[in-house]
Amino acid sequence: MTSSSLKYSKDNTDKRLDYNSLRQLKEEAYKNLKKRVLKDDAIGINENGTFYLKGDYYEKQLRIALRNCGIIDPGNIEDSIATDGYKALADLLENNVSGQQIVDDMTRANLRGRGGAGFNAGRKWAEALSHEAPHKYIVCNADEGDPGAFMDRSILELDPHSVLEGMAIAGYAIGADKGFIYVRAEYPLAVRNLKIAINQAMEKGLLGDNILGSNFSFSIELRLGAGAFVCGEATALIESIEGHRGMPRNKIFRTAHKGLFQMPTVLNNVETLANVHMIMLNGVDWFRSIGTKDSPGTKVFSVVGKVLNAGLVEVPMGTPLTSIIYDISGGIKNNKKLKAVQTGGPSGGCIPASLVESTTVDFECLESLGSIMGSGGMVVMDEDDCMVDIARFFMEFTVEESCGKCTPCRVGNKRILETLDRITQGQGSEKDLPYLKELSEVIRDTSLCGLGQAATNPVLSTLRYFENEYISHVKNKRCMAKVCRNLLIYFVGEGCIGCGLCKINCPVKCIEGERKIRHIIDPEKCIKCGTCMEKCPVHAITLS
Amino acid sequence: MCNNKVKDDFTELKHIIDETGHEESALISILHKTQEYYGYIPRQAQGFIAHELKIPASKVYGVVSFYSYFVEKPKGKYQISVCLGTACYVKGAADVLKRLESELGIKFGETTPDLKFSIAQTRCLGDCSNAPVLMINDKLYSKVSPDEIPLILESYKEEVSS
Amino acid sequence: MIDFTINGIEASVEEGTTILDAAKKYNIHIPTLCHLKLHDLNVENASASCRVCMVEEEGKNKMIAACSTRVKKGMRIRTDSIRAIRTRRMMIELLLSDHPKDCLICPKNGKCELQNLAADAGIRSLRCEGERRVCTIDDDSFSIIRDMNKCILCKRCETMCNEVQTVGVLTDVGRGFHTVVGTVFDRPMHSTTCTFCGQCIAVCPTGALTEVDNTADVWDAISSDKTVIVQTAPAVRVALGEEFGMEPGTVVTGKMVTALKNMGFDYVYDTNFAADVTIVEEASEFADRFKNGGRLPILTSCCPSWIKFVEHNFKELIDIPSSCKSPHEMFGSLAKSYLAEKLGKKPEDIVVVSVMPCVAKKYEAQRPELGNSGNSDVDIVISTRELARMIVDSTQDFVNLPDSSFDRFMGQSTGAGTIFGSTGGVAEATLRTAYEFLTGEELKEVNFTALRGFEKIKETTVNIGGTQINVAVASGLGNARKLLNDVRDGIKQYHIIEIMACPGGCIDGGGQPYMHGNTEILTKRMNSIYNIDNKKHIRQSHKNPEVLQLYNEYLGEFYGEKAHKLLHTHFYADRSEI
Repeated sequence: MTSSSLKYSKDNTDKRLDYNSLRQLKEEAYKNLKKRVLKDDAIGINENGTFYLKGDYYEKQLRIALRNCGIIDPGNIEDSIATDGYKALADLLENNVSGQQIVDDMTRANLRGRGGAGFNAGRKWAEALSHEAPHKYIVCNADEGDPGAFMDRSILELDPHSVLEGMAIAGYAIGADKGFIYVRAEYPLAVRNLKIAINQAMEKGLLGDNILGSNFSFSIELRLGAGAFVCGEATALIESIEGHRGMPRNKIFRTAHKGLFQMPTVLNNVETLANVHMIMLNGVDWFRSIGTKDSPGTKVFSVVGKVLNAGLVEVPMGTPLTSIIYDISGGIKNNKKLKAVQTGGPSGGCIPASLVESTTVDFECLESLGSIMGSGGMVVMDEDDCMVDIARFFMEFTVEESCGKCTPCRVGNKRILETLDRITQGQGSEKDLPYLKELSEVIRDTSLCGLGQAATNPVLSTLRYFENEYISHVKNKRCMAKVCRNLLIYFVGEGCIGCGLCKINCPVKCIEGERKIRHIIDPEKCIKCGTCMEKCPVHAITLS
Repeated sequence: MCNNKVKDDFTELKHIIDETGHEESALISILHKTQEYYGYIPRQAQGFIAHELKIPASKVYGVVSFYSYFVEKPKGKYQISVCLGTACYVKGAADVLKRLESELGIKFGETTPDLKFSIAQTRCLGDCSNAPVLMINDKLYSKVSPDEIPLILESYKEEVSS
Repeated sequence: MIDFTINGIEASVEEGTTILDAAKKYNIHIPTLCHLKLHDLNVENASASCRVCMVEEEGKNKMIAACSTRVKKGMRIRTDSIRAIRTRRMMIELLLSDHPKDCLICPKNGKCELQNLAADAGIRSLRCEGERRVCTIDDDSFSIIRDMNKCILCKRCETMCNEVQTVGVLTDVGRGFHTVVGTVFDRPMHSTTCTFCGQCIAVCPTGALTEVDNTADVWDAISSDKTVIVQTAPAVRVALGEEFGMEPGTVVTGKMVTALKNMGFDYVYDTNFAADVTIVEEASEFADRFKNGGRLPILTSCCPSWIKFVEHNFKELIDIPSSCKSPHEMFGSLAKSYLAEKLGKKPEDIVVVSVMPCVAKKYEAQRPELGNSGNSDVDIVISTRELARMIVDSTQDFVNLPDSSFDRFMGQSTGAGTIFGSTGGVAEATLRTAYEFLTGEELKEVNFTALRGFEKIKETTVNIGGTQINVAVASGLGNARKLLNDVRDGIKQYHIIEIMACPGGCIDGGGQPYMHGNTEILTKRMNSIYNIDNKKHIRQSHKNPEVLQLYNEYLGEFYGEKAHKLLHTHFYADRSEI
């Protein structure tokens, strides 16, 4: 692995590159990088001279967006140039390729937005190109907020230039002169590396005025988020850049028509932009040969939860879910049984184990199962996870992050959460279930923005696949996964030796019993803190 | 607030704004830098920013209140979290909190004028057998009685002055 | 034209039409709570946030918001499907679940859009109750009560306050379920730069924003031993009838006077008389500044909202508004001096009540400098809406009341005094008098039609004795701000500027009967104002016989010393920044 040493040789800083000097620099930089790589056991060299990360975990993946992550030094633009960084941009400029041509290619490539919506990026570009305006903007959405997902962070931290080049190409294609990267303030390293990368690209004339000596000028500014998940939504993000509360706009115009400062704006996600370079360099047909017909290319997933090897996995679209969980991520921890896979973060849904076998990771398949691709979060759950509690957890997140603008998201999601709270506390009733379903559907169909529209996916998908768990919570007041504390009864079994440790440590003194005689817990007084179970030396206390 | 920085004439803040820009779209960047400088975003500073950017102060306040990253109150060097989970509650956490508040002269959610302590309440810290518990930064105190509070606080006060 | 179907009807509308507007054309009423379009005033609140107007597009999964979706060719829209109906109900239920539901004692009872919606939808129970936002009620100001527990976050008030009026007091505070429409640092309204124009009240669909109710104070005064005098503003008589189901714009002056007398007021007078006095003073002041090289332009000062706006926002222009008190304050001052003498009463034994189309007048009446020797010029201000409630409360059959006339001494008025109620009216009235003051000649054409209508900023140039006098009129504080910026920056030069805070003038005041978005009502009120003026025999203020009697018997010369003491005031530029 390379260390992120940010020392940067000052020798060439005053020299803005042109097409030829870029090619020369590439040769030189490649040699330097190769020299370093040869000394690094973790990195291998392919026959065609490109580099790869060694080991089964990486070699089973197809790393396109993550191509340079872990290989190059993100603090040194020459490393990026060594791996053909900015070559795609340079080729387009040198050959005077028209914006229309690029947009057509991108549309044909059908690179679908990796941030969640899955909209063909080329079509966004095409619309922005079609509108005349004094200014146009490229906005990179780096406000990755899904808990447990860190695809974008890795790319920003480890390969920032791939994003900058993608933005510059998009800018050239649609005729934009300025780009913004909206990045979470909670990612300080990403912010630092982006700042360095932008400065270095400016110094080298790869950004700024007259890029590589051409007529194309394009600059990029960093904007920091401030702790609002909803700013991942396109129009909320734009509002935030403009200095407002990050609340989504009404949808009378598309952002490609009237976006940032009411100008045509292309808003793409980090991973989407990181793909652009590869499409331009290797061609549309190459890109379409990867993945499925309707979802070409690869997707990066952040696989977490009960798998053996948690981490980022990039695979072709259409890869079976089982191959991600078992082949690459090493299967379920502690030999437990897989229960469900939650994809798409708080906006996604749960796929039950029974369907995991037949699931492939592409937009169509995931959506048909009531989940979404989302930005690529993937939480693997086993038999110890309560699906009602999982739904409740995600709703808690959404309610916390709702901007409060529209009624269904502001009030509706709150009511859903309250209902789930009641159910997990043993106060639910059977009447709650049809209401949950109807309200969830209304919220999905009526919310103003994507956050609200997807907010109830975790509820709807668990209701669909794990209805029995809901029924057991509301009817029998039982949590089969033993997660919902209020539904549990602590019970002293026959193994009790009457040592009294549980009785002494119980904070509410609800355990009775003479020494050396089996103790009894008063379930009425018990607050279910679990102390007794922890203290029992013979593990005689169980949950039922 | 007794933070000396707030009483200043906003020279540094003016500098921050001049550097960042006077247009409305610079607002969030300015707020970030303001918080970096003061440790929080004082209301006087919000008024000053509004004045400089020629926007209503209500707007600045609306923005500050929207983003969870921005805080309006300084946080203390030592953050005291009192567990108010069920176990701690029944074991007298409320009395612990009350004593803490009277010793420091602040309510929960507030910070002492010298910016040394702030009190937060928290959900279960997962240490029910040792209830009631409190945490100061990362250090856990178990089975705390209200009478122990002055002693615990003393150790931090000395640490600060040394 | 775009062809589509709505509820199975073949329909066609112009490109760019929203589904909401398209439906209206085919007599399909799609309910909404947040959307507000005031055509004549160029005001639109398009937050698309309440989601009550969701309709179904056949063959699509997502519902669409009718207010913010444009009709596309071939769309098949249903507003009457089971799904559309259920969705609408669910949305109303959600709003009600976060609402106090104390409708019987709510100031908006019977006039609330949420209440009507719930009634129309036949909501009988809520399937889901839960936490409600709990907010402290702000009733600290003299004009506006903010009860944010009743707010549904439609943001109409914010649009009025920030975009239309550019006052910038209201903002969303907080996030998510706990979002409220608040003020800077959650201050009460009286500690903000609020001008109390009340346009937020005028558009609020629920009881979240209402006027301070002073009706009980009026009943108390009437039942006391004091002499209670009431005056009615020009814009009240063209709107009050609406509260009793009469056609908008019906002139109900005579019935109103009868109703007030029946209620037990000792004397019923007309603010229009005081408006004539105002014009005499203001035209004299203009003539004085014009002839003696005083600072121009002169700005009208009859709108208290506007004055507070200047005090907060244009400190450098603080000496250009006319020093005239507003007409109802002039009335109050004269009632407790001139009239007191006539009636043989002590000023402290007189209570002056103003019936105004305005809620800012409530605040204005409390300004300490507006009074004499410890007696406030005006004691109690009620709005048109409050008067209507009192008339109902006193069991009067308003529609069938006979007509009566205003009482003597301060009840006679000219057409010039009448048009104060509409934007442009004060400037026009000033010109009618100033022309004759400056030239000594008779003005042939008293109608200055260029100054009439709903345009944001109106301008005209009048030749007075060889000098071209530039006049500008703005209504709505946002328009006023633009105009004043131009004046301050030297881009525009005027001699006379009239400003009214409410778009359209006092006929659209924050205390008028609710229009619920129907601006045709406003046009009718305005037409009626000019009709009254047209029918008047005397149409110039300085020819009002009672005004002349006032000066002859009591004040002495126009703009003289006694007039100064009683009829003029001063303004403050040192109001706080925030």
